[in-house]
Amino acid sequence: MDTRKDEKLLVSKIENGTVIDHINSGRALVVLKILNIKGNEGYRIAIVMNVPSTTMGKKDIVKLEDYYPNSEDLEKISLISPNATINIIKDYEVIKKYKVEIPNKIKGTLKCNNPTCITRKSNEPITSSFTLLSKDKIKLQCDYCGSILTEDDVIKELIGESQ
Amino acid sequence: MINMGWYNKDVVNILDFSREDIELLFSKADEMRAQLKDKSVKKTLSNKIIGIAFFEPSTRTRMSFETAAKRLGADTVGFTGEEGTSVAKGETFADTIKMIDSYVDAIVLRHKFEGAALFASGIAQNPVINGGDGKSHHPTQAMLDLYTTKTLFGEIDGLTFALIGDLKYSRTVSSLIYGLSMFKPKEIILISPQQLKLREEIKLFAVDHGLKIREEENIEAISEADIIYVTRIQKERFPDLQEYEKVKGSYKINKKILETHAKKTAKVLHPLPRVDELSPDVDNTNYQAYFLQASLGVPLRMALLSLVLGGD
Repeated sequence: MDTRKDEKLLVSKIENGTVIDHINSGRALVVLKILNIKGNEGYRIAIVMNVPSTTMGKKDIVKLEDYYPNSEDLEKISLISPNATINIIKDYEVIKKYKVEIPNKIKGTLKCNNPTCITRKSNEPITSSFTLLSKDKIKLQCDYCGSILTEDDVIKELIGESQ
Repeated sequence: MINMGWYNKDVVNILDFSREDIELLFSKADEMRAQLKDKSVKKTLSNKIIGIAFFEPSTRTRMSFETAAKRLGADTVGFTGEEGTSVAKGETFADTIKMIDSYVDAIVLRHKFEGAALFASGIAQNPVINGGDGKSHHPTQAMLDLYTTKTLFGEIDGLTFALIGDLKYSRTVSSLIYGLSMFKPKEIILISPQQLKLREEIKLFAVDHGLKIREEENIEAISEADIIYVTRIQKERFPDLQEYEKVKGSYKINKKILETHAKKTAKVLHPLPRVDELSPDVDNTNYQAYFLQASLGVPLRMALLSLVLGGD
């Protein structure tokens, strides 16, 4: 008999902090890298990976005690997990819940992958700027040189390595 | 009369203009051509100074802009190459543009970095005209290529274009494809070695804008073309010179190839300079139209400067 259906992954609730839910499966560690959390900061953190999800098939969850991501972090998370939801917890209750949203313009967050793009010229007062071409399979286009950034390029750019 | 589609506008990307704007430019260029022929050009820009800021080498674009400006009575100041400028001392591009902008009425800019003209247009108060930025755009060359086509065939719609050679790094090719998206060409045949195929983002653009494109590797594919547009392999844009060595000399258009495969009425264009991809034995054939193309650069750029600077 398959008992797996009855099995629950036990992760305790957090008192105050953030639960990032509906992260694309396998991307929880990328989320932590984006948040620049290495584990030695002292936050209580729970990471749940590859658990069943009715809407996504499989998903990851990250629970962060006493940690609240800023809007720049959320923009980055939206690029690698467009369905992620943010739950702000106070006294064990969800007081605010919202979905991350990929902006149509992404300014300053990412570097263009074309070495001869003007945004890569050193010392120039210029901010990178990308237009969102596709949400489902992330595709961005540099507003200056027209280069395309795929999902893999974005992950590489955000965490400095391929996944 | 001032035309609001052009007056005081930056010319960074040909797509910043409509087909109507481009057709107005062509009729204005026809007027300039007639005036040049009759030696009756009016000095309508005599109170203007145009800055020529060419961070990369150029012969035709720079000289045709300077000639165009001077024919209309404007003066020009500027430089070619970073040597001898404060850029060589480490001045930022942004500062250089800010300074030139405070001296002149318009800046014609060429730079090896893609997006340089767009960046400059955000800094300068006066119009910035893109004379080529890296492999991205060369809008006035595309306007010239379309104008030459119209001069030769009377129309652009319904024609078949074969674009040959370095389709990957050529800014004239990408700008021409952007420009053709405003018209209704029958087909664009892209002929190049595997390593020099058109960049994905331009291909996507062409498909999204309803252009019928076909990729080929054999030169025989020119057989249906009305315009055979040949480009040079641009050594200076290759990140790896070994890659350049692999494709160097990989195609060559000559009289025999044209006589064997091309339509009798086909015309060969080339943005020039040429190296070895277009044989001099084509020069004295009926196919040759690249010298006409180069010469039309002056009236076309006179029309453009006149429209941008309100020279009527």
